[in-house]
Amino acid sequence: MFTKRIIPCLDCKDGRVVKGTSFLNLRDAGDPIEVASMYDKAGADEVVFLDITASSDGRNTTVDLVRKVAERLFIPFTVGGGIRTVDDFKALLREGADKISVNSAAIMNPTLISEAADKFGSQCVVVAIDAKRREDGSGWSVYKNGGRVDMYMDAIEWAMKAEKLGAGEILLTSMDCDGNKSGYDIELTRMVAEHVSIPVIASGGAGDKQDFYDVFVEGKADAALAASLFHYKELDIMDLKYYLKKKNISMRMI
Amino acid sequence: MIAIIDYDAGNLKSVEKAFISLGQEILVTRDSSEIIEAEKIVLPGVGSFGDAMNNLDHLGLIDTIKTVVHKGIPFLGICLGLHLLFEKSEEAPDVEGLSLLEGEILKIPAQKGLKIPHMGWNSLDVKQGSKLFHGMEKSPYVYFVHSYYLKAADENIVSASTEYSTHIHASVEKDNLFACQFHPEKSSTVGLKILSNFADL
Repeated sequence: MFTKRIIPCLDCKDGRVVKGTSFLNLRDAGDPIEVASMYDKAGADEVVFLDITASSDGRNTTVDLVRKVAERLFIPFTVGGGIRTVDDFKALLREGADKISVNSAAIMNPTLISEAADKFGSQCVVVAIDAKRREDGSGWSVYKNGGRVDMYMDAIEWAMKAEKLGAGEILLTSMDCDGNKSGYDIELTRMVAEHVSIPVIASGGAGDKQDFYDVFVEGKADAALAASLFHYKELDIMDLKYYLKKKNISMRMI
Repeated sequence: MIAIIDYDAGNLKSVEKAFISLGQEILVTRDSSEIIEAEKIVLPGVGSFGDAMNNLDHLGLIDTIKTVVHKGIPFLGICLGLHLLFEKSEEAPDVEGLSLLEGEILKIPAQKGLKIPHMGWNSLDVKQGSKLFHGMEKSPYVYFVHSYYLKAADENIVSASTEYSTHIHASVEKDNLFACQFHPEKSSTVGLKILSNFADL
């Protein structure tokens, strides 16, 4: 039975795992290699590893860190943050990353998506979208540089364009919900999921088990991502999976 | 020593690191003489059927692979490495595969609500007595990424299957020849056990 995926996200800064509340106030949550390998054993289906400062201060994700993580992690993992060129893709894939997530660089240069997809296959190209509800309620706007700059682009249109260019997956973060623990943005997730035929990973806002159920069933997400909830052990991944499985969501049990 | 055949086809590092974590000695190589002397051989692969066969051809490795398989050296194909062992693929209809096993590689049929590629975790239906799955539960979850799937001519060689839009032959075993459609190196504890079973043959 094909499963929905539960994905812990390791936001990283200076080689350590951190997690922002609404992207800005950072708390230290540990060593990425230890954390990643702990999540593999704890039943995570995948890990996303984001260097959250890279785009804004121009630093590239350290290839070294990816190399070390890959030595200890035997589930698929995505790397993002500061990836700008096809050569960046190559360097990270070569060190054992399975997928590369692009955000700001893809907004500024959408052909990066098609070039990477042509060269390495769509399955390893993840387009990350940071979306925020417009004040007039007309939809969601795309932000770049870790949620700092409004691009005045429509999030759903951007997701569709990314798919057309060859993206293999959308990592969709609701900036309104991120850090609030009051649930995913179900409406945003469903709108994007219904407009693309590639998998959508919902991100931002998970607070309890029910939120995951809602985003899978009503939000039509293929995968759900969370960070602090898992990092601070507020929610155990296998407890979550048992809960979802009981409610007929297909899950990989270990 | 296990040789991993390096023919510019992606995911080598992940496979290498997984075996190293199991304490195996690994040689990543494209040198025929080194491959022929290995105790076991792994053919990994991410990419397309046509490019991969071309690379093997240009590197002069087609005959090498056929030689080691006929010599009886345990050989494991992973993902595209499974496809290449068969005769032909819809991905590159004009390209001949290694034809070490009978069967063909077909495109996963489109089905409403199912996304292609088949990317994610799926459960296997494992046939009893399989060497690769020795000591494991009957329906383990493993990680897949593929758009084309195997339909083996002889179902007796199929050691595990899965369902995604259609019935997919997910793993085969015949004498010294083993192959998986899924990625054991990305399938957590279950995958490492499969690689360890291969290493212990």
